[in-house]
Amino acid sequence: MSQPIEKAASVHAGMEAAASPASSPLRRVVVSLLGDRLALIGTIVVGILVVVAVLAPVLAPQNPYDLAQLDIMDGRLAPGEQGISGMTYLLGTDDQGRDLFSAILYGLRTSILVGLASAAIALAIGTSIGLLSAYAGGRADAVLMRIVDIQLSFPAILIALIFLAILGQGVDKIIIALVVTQWAYYARTVRGSALVESKRAYTDAARSLALSDRRIIFRHILPNCVPPLIVVATMRVAYAIMLEATLSFLGIGLPVTEPSLGLLISNGFEYLLSGDYWISFFPGITLLLLIVGINLIGDALRDILNPRREG
Amino acid sequence: MSSYLLSRLFQTVVTLFVMSVLVFVGLYMVGNPVDVLLSPMATPAERLEIIRAFGLDRPVWEQYLVFVSNALQGDLGNSFIFNQPARHLILQRLPATLELAFTALAMGLVLGIPLGIWAGLKPDSFASKSVMAFSILGFSLPTFWIGLVMIMVFSVQLGWLPASGRGDTVDLFGVPVSFLSLDGWSHLLLPAFNLALFKISLIIRLTRAGVMEVMQLDFVRFARAKGISEKRILRVHVLKNTLIPLITVIGLELGSLIAFAVVTETIFAWPGMGKLIIDAISVLDRPVILAYLMITVVMFSVINLLVDILYSIVDPRVRFEGGSR
Repeated sequence: MSQPIEKAASVHAGMEAAASPASSPLRRVVVSLLGDRLALIGTIVVGILVVVAVLAPVLAPQNPYDLAQLDIMDGRLAPGEQGISGMTYLLGTDDQGRDLFSAILYGLRTSILVGLASAAIALAIGTSIGLLSAYAGGRADAVLMRIVDIQLSFPAILIALIFLAILGQGVDKIIIALVVTQWAYYARTVRGSALVESKRAYTDAARSLALSDRRIIFRHILPNCVPPLIVVATMRVAYAIMLEATLSFLGIGLPVTEPSLGLLISNGFEYLLSGDYWISFFPGITLLLLIVGINLIGDALRDILNPRREG
Repeated sequence: MSSYLLSRLFQTVVTLFVMSVLVFVGLYMVGNPVDVLLSPMATPAERLEIIRAFGLDRPVWEQYLVFVSNALQGDLGNSFIFNQPARHLILQRLPATLELAFTALAMGLVLGIPLGIWAGLKPDSFASKSVMAFSILGFSLPTFWIGLVMIMVFSVQLGWLPASGRGDTVDLFGVPVSFLSLDGWSHLLLPAFNLALFKISLIIRLTRAGVMEVMQLDFVRFARAKGISEKRILRVHVLKNTLIPLITVIGLELGSLIAFAVVTETIFAWPGMGKLIIDAISVLDRPVILAYLMITVVMFSVINLLVDILYSIVDPRVRFEGGSR
């Protein structure tokens, strides 16, 4: 009973917003995002982490991968202890005397880069395939969507394992593996909303103006598929970062020369049992803040951009 | 029904075929298993002999055909490292993985459904909000990191539970299981809960959403108007309709539990097949990787099929139709 009313209300709200020229869709989203307390916290946390990651070379007291700057005598120092060189290690050091704070900054960089790059590529590929599928219809659509269904019936980690077994280690390789695990989500989302949008009145209007198919798809249908895509993309970035960390932790993701947060956590694993918790703990906390932050933003975006669905 | 089963069977065969070609050709192009097989001291003559013995000198399609014809007879090749049949290696470790996955699933259901119902019935209470906060955390926290923290707290700091291995096992129909001995349980508890955490969160969310949706439907109002007690409405009308969609999810999640056991097994040194595949990948033990994939794909397809059938039994509205589900 309450649903039609809600729907009517949301349509009404949409009309109202459209009527006032001052509020662009982007602005509206940003305003409601910052109005939600949890989303605001998420945005601040993610914002800080991204800035810190970008500025890592400036902020880090030490380049953690320049072996000349490391002193093995400083290995496994607890947080706050002073090393032989007189440097105070805020978050302690790992087994090779590497400053953990610096290592986390650089690791954060790799994690965010891998997450964003894989999501962007998967978004491009998935959107193209989804649009193609919706446009072509018929047999091609059925085959493409069957492939999507079958792929999604396998857990992402299994697909990633297969591709990493074939490809080996490396930043580019893990990005490929993550793209393969993710494109299907985007394809399905875009195809679904493209089919809905192509039946709307404005598409009919565009068609009756004899606009080209290409113009209708890219100027009319695609922009209207963006809101659900943003929601999916936010959640997927968080998932990609988590999956990359997991794979690197298992030792089949990134090579030791380009450690992400997952690899740092894995490095500390063997010392955990002897009580040296900080080597795994602090990179873990950082990873956690990043993922929880992105998920909080994603949750709020879903409510804002897709008011009819919940849960 | 039978045409439906046939089309599902066909789909499984196609999936198996695509997966095996992909992995076979992929692994063929990447590594040369000869380097794994040979000691660095081997002479060129020995090298050639090994290459011939394993059929590695033949073209890739021929090697693939040999693999397929052997696989159809149940022979998935010998592990390069252990020099044992790969199928045997995996099936030997399968019970440990299944035990872990099923225990985790049981934990997910036993904890997730009641908490979800509670959160769905009283969405505004403080307790219900805490449950939801817990589920958001359970979603966001990486499984492997939670595993580490659990080891840190319960094994290292408190010393309550062991951090690795399977403990004492008891033979059940010739299969060693941990859940029949107290020591086995103490080893099983941490890894199973670690694996279950994500599922508990998921099931809480799904149950809550389902309960909230069903509670608003007309038949619940009607049942109330008839004077049926709240308890009975909940037990008979709400639960039945909430649990049906859960079955699909649970089936799919069982597959993902088996796959994600890879992570938990690595952390808790649980001797399942996940640990085996990670080791196989790092040394390019081709037959084991292939065998693991083939067995997993078949297992997943069977689970998916069982879920579909179960679904149609529980929910008579679902009919088998070719193509669309």
